[in-house]
Amino acid sequence: MILRELSEAIGVSSAEDAVRDLIYEHIRDYVEDARIDALGNLIAVRRGTGAVDLRVMAAAHMDEVGMIVIGYDSDGSLRFRAVGGLDARILPGTRVLVGQDRIPGVIMWTPIHLNRSKDTVSIERLRIDIGASSRDSAQSAVERGELVAFDSRFVELGPTVRGKALDDRAGCASLIALVQGERFPFDLHVAFTVQEELGLRGARVAAQSIEPDVAFVLESTACHDLPADLDEPDQTTITRLGAGPAITVADRSMVSDPRLVRHLAQTGEREGIPFQFRSAQHAGGTDAGAIHLTRGGVPSAVVANPCRYLHGPTSVMNLSDFENQSRLLRAAWMALTPAILERD
Amino acid sequence: MEALIKKLAEAWGPSGYEHQVRDLIRAEVEPLADEVWVDPLGNLICRIGDGPLRVMVSAHMDEIGVVVSHIDRQGFARFANLGGVLPATLLGARVRFENGAIAAVGVENQFSKRTTVPGLDGFFLDLPDDSGVQVGDAGAFVAETVWQNGRVIGKTLDNRLGCAVLIETLRRLKEQGTPHTVFGVFTVQEEVGSRGAMTGAFGVEPSLGIAIDVTPTGDVPKPSPSPVKLGAGAAIKARDTGHIVPAWIKELMVARAEEANIPHQFDVMQIGTTDAATMQLVRAGIPSGAVSIPTRNVHTRSETALLSDIQATVGLLVAVLSNAIERP
Repeated sequence: MILRELSEAIGVSSAEDAVRDLIYEHIRDYVEDARIDALGNLIAVRRGTGAVDLRVMAAAHMDEVGMIVIGYDSDGSLRFRAVGGLDARILPGTRVLVGQDRIPGVIMWTPIHLNRSKDTVSIERLRIDIGASSRDSAQSAVERGELVAFDSRFVELGPTVRGKALDDRAGCASLIALVQGERFPFDLHVAFTVQEELGLRGARVAAQSIEPDVAFVLESTACHDLPADLDEPDQTTITRLGAGPAITVADRSMVSDPRLVRHLAQTGEREGIPFQFRSAQHAGGTDAGAIHLTRGGVPSAVVANPCRYLHGPTSVMNLSDFENQSRLLRAAWMALTPAILERD
Repeated sequence: MEALIKKLAEAWGPSGYEHQVRDLIRAEVEPLADEVWVDPLGNLICRIGDGPLRVMVSAHMDEIGVVVSHIDRQGFARFANLGGVLPATLLGARVRFENGAIAAVGVENQFSKRTTVPGLDGFFLDLPDDSGVQVGDAGAFVAETVWQNGRVIGKTLDNRLGCAVLIETLRRLKEQGTPHTVFGVFTVQEEVGSRGAMTGAFGVEPSLGIAIDVTPTGDVPKPSPSPVKLGAGAAIKARDTGHIVPAWIKELMVARAEEANIPHQFDVMQIGTTDAATMQLVRAGIPSGAVSIPTRNVHTRSETALLSDIQATVGLLVAVLSNAIERP
């Protein structure tokens, strides 16, 4: 399963190489003009039939959140900082893989026998234990600046799957499937981007070089639908698992182009593909935030897989949501015309 | 101008959904302009003249608003903000949707919270039955615009006043002529971070940028610090939190104002910024200034301004744009 390969590949922001290689293997027979740009984005063109004259960009980010080693304690433990948005409350006891050599480690914590505090330990005070017993032995195993990823096996749970980095490897997998399928009426310019988790950095330069007329971002977004208390009428959720891919109307980085939101929703209704709207009440941003402000502006939209426990070692995603992400986009792209983007 | 301001201020156009406002403005500028177009994000761009200096003059069309984020089983809607919505302005407000449906804004535990204001998540929209409003729909606040003795009270004077000033400026430039190429750019999405100005300036490639916006005044009880007073004329921006205006632009504006006897004052904003802060960083950099219309109660449904200040702002812009501009 491609999702397993992508989820278990390691590509903490700025070191996406292994993910990029894997994606390239899956798309190389279907694309032209594949290249890796200066920041590391994988950019390629899936030729279309030529029926529609539009430059369409589709992006999914390859990077995942993780950590970076910044120093050593005399007992051989590693000091680290977050790369991307991490929640210090979930880190203690988490298994990690450190550096190029994938050295297994665990984030230290105080066992319950001794811990009387209910306070969260800040990332600054957490350490990674790789089994080293001195500063020297730690230093010879791991350099400062090496990156740390969650150590998490991909598991199929039934209708859902569990794994790390589904944000945004699920989006990458959908984009691969879209590239591998039937040709679209237009040339599709795909960008598998770097460093989204650090501030949409890869997407910005990718869009500057592609110069698209319109852009779609394939994401994975937070889902907070548990406990599902059906007697609580005011329970607000950002997305619900199993309710279909989520269309973003507005988040902190972008107000989606209403014409594209309408086109996606009408496509879903016409084709009987379930979808939901991501609640705008919650924070967050995507590559579309950078893409839509590129050069003279790019009408953009986001379709995302709802994922529980996002930015943790074990996210949970519904497979039908995932499959419907590419179904919805495929149907929407097949019906995409310049008229949708005309004004007045 | 009073009728135009009323019409624009009462129009519907939350950030990202400016099309109704754009249509109204387009009807005003189409007869004046040498060229009119809409760019990919929805900025309305209107060119007058074809002189060597390209000047972009912007006024944002969008207003603060809400997006429906959840509708419960009883039909009450929760919402997120588009732009800087102040919770203290919400109770009893009305929100209109594109389809015309109007909701009242209610608050949880209304009578137990006489002196405190909850966050946005404590408020809800009370929608009429079969309103047709769905999760994801954008709404804008509703208020009547009132003119009394040269004073206007209404919603969205931020920044439909700026739009009216820009329209009137273009009208006068059409009559008087300009030695420059003036691009009147009615921008989108200022309230969510000056997004339209960024792409608009990229497309227009000006050598000088001027933003027209409103600015809060420091002449009310316990104000946020500001030197700006209602009735003291066009406010020439010196700085705000994102923008230090180049001295020559400020001096140019002061010189033109003094020659033409236009009342003016300096604006030093301690909170907030304008499209000009974004414009100055586009491409290789665009020297930019801003002229502000003094306005009380900004981001409420009763923003308040004076016709005399509005006219002074038009006068200043016409004086700047119809004369030679010497760059250092």
